[in-house]
Amino acid sequence: MRHVISLLIENESGALSRVSGLFSARGYNIESLTVAPTEDASMSRMTIVTTGSDDIIEQITKQLNKLVEVVKVVDISEAAHIERELMLTKVRATGKDREEMKRMAEIFRARIIDVTDASYVIELTGNQSKLDAFISALDPALILETVRSGVCGVGRGDRILKV
Amino acid sequence: MVLTGAEIVIRCLQEEKVEYVFGYPGGAVLYIYDALFNQDKVRHVLVRHEQAAVHAADGFARSTEQVGVALVTSGPGATNAVTGIATAYCDSIPMVIISGQVPTAAIGQDAFQEVDTVGITRPCVKHNFLVKDVKDIASTIKKAFYLAKTGRPGPVLVDIPKDVSMHKCEFEYPKEVSMRSYNPVVKGHQGQIRKAVQLLLEAKRPMIYTGGGVVLANASEQLTKLTRMLGYPITNTLMGLGGYPASDRQYLGMPGMHGTYEANMAMHYSDVLLAVGARFDDRVIGDPANFAEEPRKIIHVDIDPSSISKRVKVDVPIVGDLKDVLEEMIRQLEAAPARNNADALGTWWKQVEEWRSRECMKYKNSDEIIKPQFVVQKLWEVTGGNAIITSDVGQHQMWAAQYYRFDKPRRWLNSGGLGTMGVGLPYAMGAQLANPGTQVACVTGEASIQMCIQELSTCKQFRLPLKICNLNNRYLGMVRQWQQLFHGERYSESYMDSLPDFAKLAEAYGHVGFKIEKPSDVEGALRDAFARKDDLVFLDFQIDQTENVYPMVQGGKGLTEMILSAEDL
Ligand SMILES: Cc1ncc(C[n+]2csc(CCOP(=O)(O)OP(=O)(O)O)c2C)c(N)n1
Repeated sequence: MRHVISLLIENESGALSRVSGLFSARGYNIESLTVAPTEDASMSRMTIVTTGSDDIIEQITKQLNKLVEVVKVVDISEAAHIERELMLTKVRATGKDREEMKRMAEIFRARIIDVTDASYVIELTGNQSKLDAFISALDPALILETVRSGVCGVGRGDRILKV
Repeated sequence: MVLTGAEIVIRCLQEEKVEYVFGYPGGAVLYIYDALFNQDKVRHVLVRHEQAAVHAADGFARSTEQVGVALVTSGPGATNAVTGIATAYCDSIPMVIISGQVPTAAIGQDAFQEVDTVGITRPCVKHNFLVKDVKDIASTIKKAFYLAKTGRPGPVLVDIPKDVSMHKCEFEYPKEVSMRSYNPVVKGHQGQIRKAVQLLLEAKRPMIYTGGGVVLANASEQLTKLTRMLGYPITNTLMGLGGYPASDRQYLGMPGMHGTYEANMAMHYSDVLLAVGARFDDRVIGDPANFAEEPRKIIHVDIDPSSISKRVKVDVPIVGDLKDVLEEMIRQLEAAPARNNADALGTWWKQVEEWRSRECMKYKNSDEIIKPQFVVQKLWEVTGGNAIITSDVGQHQMWAAQYYRFDKPRRWLNSGGLGTMGVGLPYAMGAQLANPGTQVACVTGEASIQMCIQELSTCKQFRLPLKICNLNNRYLGMVRQWQQLFHGERYSESYMDSLPDFAKLAEAYGHVGFKIEKPSDVEGALRDAFARKDDLVFLDFQIDQTENVYPMVQGGKGLTEMILSAEDL
């Protein structure tokens, strides 16, 4: 089962490698991992998308909690939550493809944020499946490069992860 | 007071009441050694290899309730220390390791004797720090000691670049530590404890299974009281030996791969199993699927939530300090109404006694050739069961665990988790320094002892009157046993030719050496050795080369599928 784990961790050098090292040492999957400081710069927030049986997820959260620098851990996918991911796609945009690309961006409510006479960079935000759908809707031959941020997540309503 | 970083390090150790630091100098720690030179509160034990420094500090910690401290230089000093650190980590031993690092400006430049010590040790420490500013030394060392000894204990490494140890700042040792990210649980959950006590009172085939956690938490007194109140059978794991007195009738011996028949059967067929500070390790329960086949309710008390439901599903998890939880259990038991499982308990004990009557620890002694079990039994007799026994890894370790009866905690020091050959001698050094009046013996094998044999020199320098009992079978015995049983008797590289004359070797280091070849000489040699109060005596027992450790549960098999003796093969 896919799970989205959010955690707050002290913003110390090496903190990220403690988390990634834990996953590799114990053979846990990481589908994506994002990290950046929070409004309190002494702390970072990480979102980890992982898969595993209930037992494994239980171990993952326990092991994460055991790391000395980890302040709090929540499996946000246990209840209502929102996930978003950002994708930048550079596509070939010449001739009739130029109009077609614009149309596709509109359908997916994406934005074209860079334009040259031969290419566009399209910015799209959404959950993973929306991003996947956009990619598969494009002609692969026209995709020059894509970059995805990995998933960010937050619980709905009064489910708040804060110290 | 303005001090250098190095002076601050030493002042911190003084504040932590550290008596001994085990270490080895080098370029990156020269300032720290200089600061050590100018004082006499913290004593330094100069080992002959950094691995032994960490093991000795670890042995010091295991035999006391204190944090062990080691000091090593950057690069090779730190890498040599890694085996020691990993060994301590696997057995949750509280330690602080201070390592020197190249100057901050040189970090990342592939400088001479530079390794990423924090990176290399990250997976085998409870936590580690790189101190980049002299102002942070005191607070970091304070945190290191706090982390090492609270919660589930473990080794903490502090890496200090050379320039940081040279810079100066005002010294003040923090009185307290507060870390928002680290708040170990102490009190067990009341409701869970109530549930556990209820289950224990209703049990028909109860069993108590305890591990190293009981020793680490200094909770043997509470465990003993609770076990006697309940009147249930109990087993202590390899790491937990001495947690409950081994000579008591309720004690069934060690469980697991080389445990007793009665302990394993009682574990397997219990209907309520109380696990305290133990972790259902593969060497203890064998195949988890086989173990899970028998329905039983499991109560698991542990300081570390991640130990619970890791290998077996637990019905009543209780996270907390063992001493605290056991005390609460005792309180609730005292207030509980009379038990109504007395009949069932009688039947269960009858069953347990029947298992015990198989006498699985019996072995055939000989008049001609020295049996290792006999040596350990004699060692127990000669020391009155009061010695601290350290061991290495292999058959001798199992024989020591099986035949020396430990009635008190912190008397048995061995590498249970990592299984590191070479720990025996340095553990004995640490234990002897920590317990000057106590007899300390190291039960080892001719292969293991050679992994840290250079420490005989340290023992001479510090006048440590250890008794080393080398169960010399001229084989990597445990490897040979597995090859005999599971690899068609193909003894690939398990025979060691060209062994030294250990008695002479000990003499060369300035000690006393005996070579013992006849069973009739065993006791006399031991008595002679222990009578030499000031000497280290190396007793080289020439034992039966092909003796195997029984009983045995093969790796991957279940607890009920035991080989009791060679006849079962
Ligand atoms: C550092 C290390 N290397 C290898 C092993 C694997 N190993 C386990 S027991 C053993 C043989 C030990 O021989 P010895 O010390 O003579 O003890 P015996 O089993 O003969 O009593 C070996 C090689 C280990 N545990 N530790």
